[in-house]
Amino acid sequence: MKAATARQGGGRRDGCAWQPRPGRRPRPSAAAPRGPPGTVPPGAAVERGPLRHGSPWRRRGAAAMAEQEGNGEDGAVAEIEKKIIEAFEVFDHECNKTVDVREIGSIVRSLGCFPTEAELHELLAKVEEEEEPTGYVHLEKFLPVMTKVLLDRSYRPIPEDVLLHAFEALDENKCGYLTKDELVKHMTEEGEPFTEEEMEEMLSNGLDPETNTVHYRDYISMMIVEEPEDLPQ
Amino acid sequence: QDHSPGCFCFCSLAFKAAVLIQRWYRRYVARLEMRRRCTWRIFQSIEYACEQDQIKLHNFFSYLMDHFTPSSSKERDFISRMFISGESFKEAELEKYCDYESMEVPDSYTGPHLSFPLLPDHATALLEAFKQKQQLHARYVLNLLHETRKHLKQLPNISHVSTCYSEEVTVCGDLHGQLDDLFLIFYKNGLPSPSKSYVFNGDFVDRGKQSLEILIILFTFLLIYPKEVHLNRGNHEDHMVNLRYGFAKEVMQKYKVHGKKILKMIQNVFCWLPLATLIDQKVLVIHGGISDTTDLDMLEKIQRNKFISVLRGKKRKESNRNVEIQEVNGEKNAEADPAGNEALPSLPLQPRPAQAPSMANRLEFSRWVRQTVQEQIEWCRRLVDISESEDEEPTYSSMVSLTDLDAPCWTRQEEWKQILDILWSDPMPQEGCRENTVRGGGCYFGPDVTAKILEKYNLQFLIRSHECKQEGYEFCHNRKVLTIFSASNYYEIGSNRGAYYQANKAAHTLTMTQRISRVEESAFRALREKLFAHTSALISAFKAYDKDNTGRITLSNWATAVESVLHLGLPWRMLRPQLVRTTEDGMLEYKSWLDDLAMEQRSQERIQSSLLEVIYRNRSNLETIFRIIDRDHSGLISFEEFHQTWKLFSSHMNIELTDDGINDLVRSIDFNKDGNIDFNEFLEAFRLVKQTHTTAKAENRDHPSQQLCSVLGR
Repeated sequence: MKAATARQGGGRRDGCAWQPRPGRRPRPSAAAPRGPPGTVPPGAAVERGPLRHGSPWRRRGAAAMAEQEGNGEDGAVAEIEKKIIEAFEVFDHECNKTVDVREIGSIVRSLGCFPTEAELHELLAKVEEEEEPTGYVHLEKFLPVMTKVLLDRSYRPIPEDVLLHAFEALDENKCGYLTKDELVKHMTEEGEPFTEEEMEEMLSNGLDPETNTVHYRDYISMMIVEEPEDLPQ
Repeated sequence: QDHSPGCFCFCSLAFKAAVLIQRWYRRYVARLEMRRRCTWRIFQSIEYACEQDQIKLHNFFSYLMDHFTPSSSKERDFISRMFISGESFKEAELEKYCDYESMEVPDSYTGPHLSFPLLPDHATALLEAFKQKQQLHARYVLNLLHETRKHLKQLPNISHVSTCYSEEVTVCGDLHGQLDDLFLIFYKNGLPSPSKSYVFNGDFVDRGKQSLEILIILFTFLLIYPKEVHLNRGNHEDHMVNLRYGFAKEVMQKYKVHGKKILKMIQNVFCWLPLATLIDQKVLVIHGGISDTTDLDMLEKIQRNKFISVLRGKKRKESNRNVEIQEVNGEKNAEADPAGNEALPSLPLQPRPAQAPSMANRLEFSRWVRQTVQEQIEWCRRLVDISESEDEEPTYSSMVSLTDLDAPCWTRQEEWKQILDILWSDPMPQEGCRENTVRGGGCYFGPDVTAKILEKYNLQFLIRSHECKQEGYEFCHNRKVLTIFSASNYYEIGSNRGAYYQANKAAHTLTMTQRISRVEESAFRALREKLFAHTSALISAFKAYDKDNTGRITLSNWATAVESVLHLGLPWRMLRPQLVRTTEDGMLEYKSWLDDLAMEQRSQERIQSSLLEVIYRNRSNLETIFRIIDRDHSGLISFEEFHQTWKLFSSHMNIELTDDGINDLVRSIDFNKDGNIDFNEFLEAFRLVKQTHTTAKAENRDHPSQQLCSVLGR
């Protein structure tokens, strides 16, 4: 049957929209070692098929329940748990207290943490199903682990000046900017390399198309200002 | 690579620097993603809450029909007029009312001219004209609608398309008046032609500003290429929905003289739109979805044109119904309808909602609300009595069913449910099939229902629309169901793509960050509006957490309280930074926060009146009520009608307003010219007419709303 149904490239995950989905999701780069960064092969991100989005939203009850159960104890802990549950639920499309494992990174980071990819993998190992990988993470497992992370203040944010130094370290000639090629080279070949997508997005935000350079001081101030200060204290 | 010691230091430093930057950047992107999701949530929850309102409004009217004992026959007429919004037109009468042949097209008219039968050149001329923002003359519009209706009448309820005959079949989802998206689809995919079939899956109108142009183009192509172009009815191809969501307004604005006729014709075209399309006997295309009781055989056989509006639930007492039958048909018909049903039994009383549980127990409360709404809806469904086939002389097929002893014995109600399910349902990931209480009509159907129906009718695949998807399309139910949505930027620029959409020029130059900020702004604006509209309820909720009357509450309690009032299921803690700007040690001064909200909404005087708040909250209901009252779409209702509308409205909404109060209200907005009320002015006075540009705020000094505020401000 040759019905050509309507389609456009799938949004931000271009090129991957029509791949047949495997029955079981692959674990995100099972080859990812826990050692120092740099041993992660480039393009270690999982093959990205379209993520499930479920049906329209249903009422959220989990945050409410946490309120009723967790009260009386440490108020701060209860509040932290509520924040975690809220963030979790935003990605819980089927309203069954699970999220796609590929979204854990977004959840952890939006709660104010700055883990490296390796640290993220460590965390994932703690919250995933031990028996067999289902590709989903359950709130039950995630909540205690994440609560501890926030209480311990792991993965602290990067202060602006440290970030500036990092850029300066890459700027061999100390001219205040990085050329597009320089930046691309560093970001895609070193550290925990960017995917093509990530690189493209970073460039779209920071690259001055006329000179093909990134003036990192301006870039930093532009990006940092945009983030509201609402990290759990 | 140079591995000299000096370089090694640099390499390792550069390495660490890279990790740092990447770590930071990934966090930034994650935040963006979170914001994107939250924004999406806001739009969706508000949209669905709105749709639910619509259904409640109809429930309200149905309730009135049964229980309102009019104190005068005038009042009774007034109420019943709300329901008989479609006068019973027979074919000949319709032609006469919507006559176009006597209309002259003046020489000064520079738009396209249509002659029938239509040719491809007419289509290109129309496309060109609409690109130049020209308007088609009303005569041609009506002519087109007549011809379309004639054509649609011969079509079966389920169209059949075969890929043997045309090499390509393209399915488009909701367009919602966004003409640019249709142009884009045609540009990228090509115009309809003998080798290029199209299926347009409903929801052509409402919300967007060029619904009429879309209809004209679709109908034109339908008539030029009848074998290749197929239209399915959507839930917005329904005049009751059009009253609320902008299509009726658009037509009246564009065609001030002939708008009424056009709307009337369109009403009679919509009801003839086919309900579904079958491609190669294998792929079913419907607008909404299915339910576990979906019966394609029944769907094929029912008289689809009887269902002018799927939303209207009205009850008529037995005697009324007989009288009407006689009036319409001018002869004694059998009291029983063709399906052989007995007359409706007397009605059970409307279920009174039990005492609501306290708001402190939020789960309980939500459950109770959901249940109550469900009960109301169910009760109204039991009431439903579809209008008699007033519009048509009995066609051959209906005569046959009257006398055919083997006629199917399903009830009107079952027919209605079939259509409602097809047009309003949504898929859900969980198994099973349940009431779609969010929309108030149709079902949520699970993968098991899909599997069952696909197997029953030997189908491979289901294509539907009805839901906006961020990427314009989405698979579910093991890729057996595809949702296609063609109206891009449905909520706001950058909010979503259409299934044919590629970033238009404007959006393309925006970075992802900029796109998200813009959409976010729009979402939060809408959210703040909603918060403002619930000011009194919010204050009570906050006070419950502030027993010592300090005027402050914790942010945590704020989040809980807000959810308990708005019931939108949003992640309030995540959204808080955008909604609450100043806090001290994690405490919020709620009164001043609410005052800030109010100031934003009005940008001038503070509003203390609870009446204004109620109006504001219910403005789309109000507007809909008014438009229903104004049957001839003239923009005027009599003072009497206005008065009665207010009484109804206030009894339903529990506002206390004396007659004097109403009079004051009216006088202050300078009505009473000829005893008629230009309710557009009235709405404008409350700024109920949505403004797309905020520049109007500056022009506000002598705005009627200011005078009004001072009247009510006490």
